[in-house]
Amino acid sequence: MTKERKEELKNLCFKFRNDLIDLLYSIQTGHPGGSLSSTEIITTLFFEEMNIDPKNPNKEGRDRFIMSKGHGCPMLYLNMAEKGYFPKEDLKTLRQVDSYLQGHPCAHKTPGIELSTGPLGIGLGAGLGMALGEKLKNSTANIYVLLGDGEIQEGGIWEAAMAASKFKVNNLIAILDNNGVQLDGTLEEIMPMGNIGNKFEAFGWNVIHCDGHDVESISDAINQAKKSKDKPTIIIAKTVKGKGISFMEGKNTWHGKPIGEEEYKLAKAELEGVV
Amino acid sequence: MVEKIAIRDAYGKALLNLGKKNEKVVVLESDVGNSTKSILFGKEFPKRYFNVGISEFNMVSMSAGFACEGFIPFINTFAVFMTTRGADPMQSLIAYDKLNVKIAGTYAGLSDSYDGASHQAITDISFVRSIPNMTVISVSDPIETEKAVEAIAEYDGPVYLRLSRAAAPIIFDENYDFKIGKGVQLRTGKDVAIIATGTILHNALEAAELLKEVGIEATVINIHTIKPIDEEIIINAAKFTGAVVTVEEHSIHGGLGSAVSEVLSKYCPTPMEFVGAVDFAESGDYNQLLEKYGYGPKAIVEKVKMVINKKTN
Repeated sequence: MTKERKEELKNLCFKFRNDLIDLLYSIQTGHPGGSLSSTEIITTLFFEEMNIDPKNPNKEGRDRFIMSKGHGCPMLYLNMAEKGYFPKEDLKTLRQVDSYLQGHPCAHKTPGIELSTGPLGIGLGAGLGMALGEKLKNSTANIYVLLGDGEIQEGGIWEAAMAASKFKVNNLIAILDNNGVQLDGTLEEIMPMGNIGNKFEAFGWNVIHCDGHDVESISDAINQAKKSKDKPTIIIAKTVKGKGISFMEGKNTWHGKPIGEEEYKLAKAELEGVV
Repeated sequence: MVEKIAIRDAYGKALLNLGKKNEKVVVLESDVGNSTKSILFGKEFPKRYFNVGISEFNMVSMSAGFACEGFIPFINTFAVFMTTRGADPMQSLIAYDKLNVKIAGTYAGLSDSYDGASHQAITDISFVRSIPNMTVISVSDPIETEKAVEAIAEYDGPVYLRLSRAAAPIIFDENYDFKIGKGVQLRTGKDVAIIATGTILHNALEAAELLKEVGIEATVINIHTIKPIDEEIIINAAKFTGAVVTVEEHSIHGGLGSAVSEVLSKYCPTPMEFVGAVDFAESGDYNQLLEKYGYGPKAIVEKVKMVINKKTN
């Protein structure tokens, strides 16, 4: 990745963080913590790695993105609007009556959303079905599934992990938003996941680690994943929940809390300081 | 002695034939392929057959992915596990996005008799019926099974197909015109309407014969599509007879009986009685279980007599 490109993507991520705070403050609902931690991951996918066409969202052979940690969708919607899937002015309708932007991703309402998600743990199995479907069609498309690290406490994740290994879907690339925090506390407090990489390796997966807030590190990891011959890949992206807003960072309380007026001012001042 | 064919054999054969005609059909199985008979498809089309092991949640989730890709997945396991372990992705993926998945829940009712209550399905209809977008079909004989498999493959949307393990007497012939959402009147009598679903329909027909011997004329209706239900045939039968008994191998709470009473209480309030499960059953010979738990022809006759007593005129 060239320095210029890296700078462009970094600026885009900064803009998305800024817009996210404005958006979630304006609607007084939604999940800031997990949206901020996945900013660089989603942006790298949508603006650097995925073969997608917002003008033709159902194009055959396109790469697929599944936001299995569906609650982080405000960041996904910001990316999709920027990409051109729908008008940016519609973002303010998020979570409001009659909007096509639901509180959790909804495939039958929002163009470009591949799968409805929200109940945690269902995205990996569905992604596996898509990966096998693409293989039946002799397509070289990749299926990307963004997982939360709290989400992988769901048993369905491990059922899918087992099966993905059996079916040798090298076109299935899971990315773990490894922010270490879930709704009620840290993973260590609530349900320690131990060595996640070793767990997936034991399930027969190709495991890659990266810095989840460095677009180049994410991009390199994805390109390494694409080289896998007969294994699904999980990219364990080290992230910080609430990344970019100091008082939100690492705090489980910011999983899904509305942003107050004072907090909004603080957050904006911090973001302006970055510019 | 009437000819009997196991519903699962009819299903397995129908699935195999469908696979020959339609390359979009893929089959997912969770380690009971020799029981559901999905294995017949798997042997012929190994590349379109995915055995995911004992993981129903994952099977249902995966099928959603296949449907997103334009395939027509048929997914298979025992009805009780499909609608409990597979319930989450069935509701949140398949039904919510109206995905074109065909959910075959086999060994329904008490038909997995020797395995006991843990393997018998008496709550599946009530769950799937309450989910928006879901079509619910429960077949009564081998011919209807074959016709239903063809029909649901043509229909674009999620379908729950309820199948028995039992060997069922053949009721219909090859000319039988199966239409999703259309009930079938098999017998017309003015005193009572017996409305049944699934292989237990045969007992309803036997009950009608017993009733005839004591001078009671019964209408018998087969409701193979529990959702969307054929309101017209139910209302007409209720108006014609003034008394209705529903018969199903399922809990009387939330199944066919509830569906029929929802229709009648709205359009044509009619005295009703319900043949169905009020408790978990147990291990044992299938026919003995049906007798013990009140699904036999004689038990249906008793319910008919009770409902006729409730008629006001």
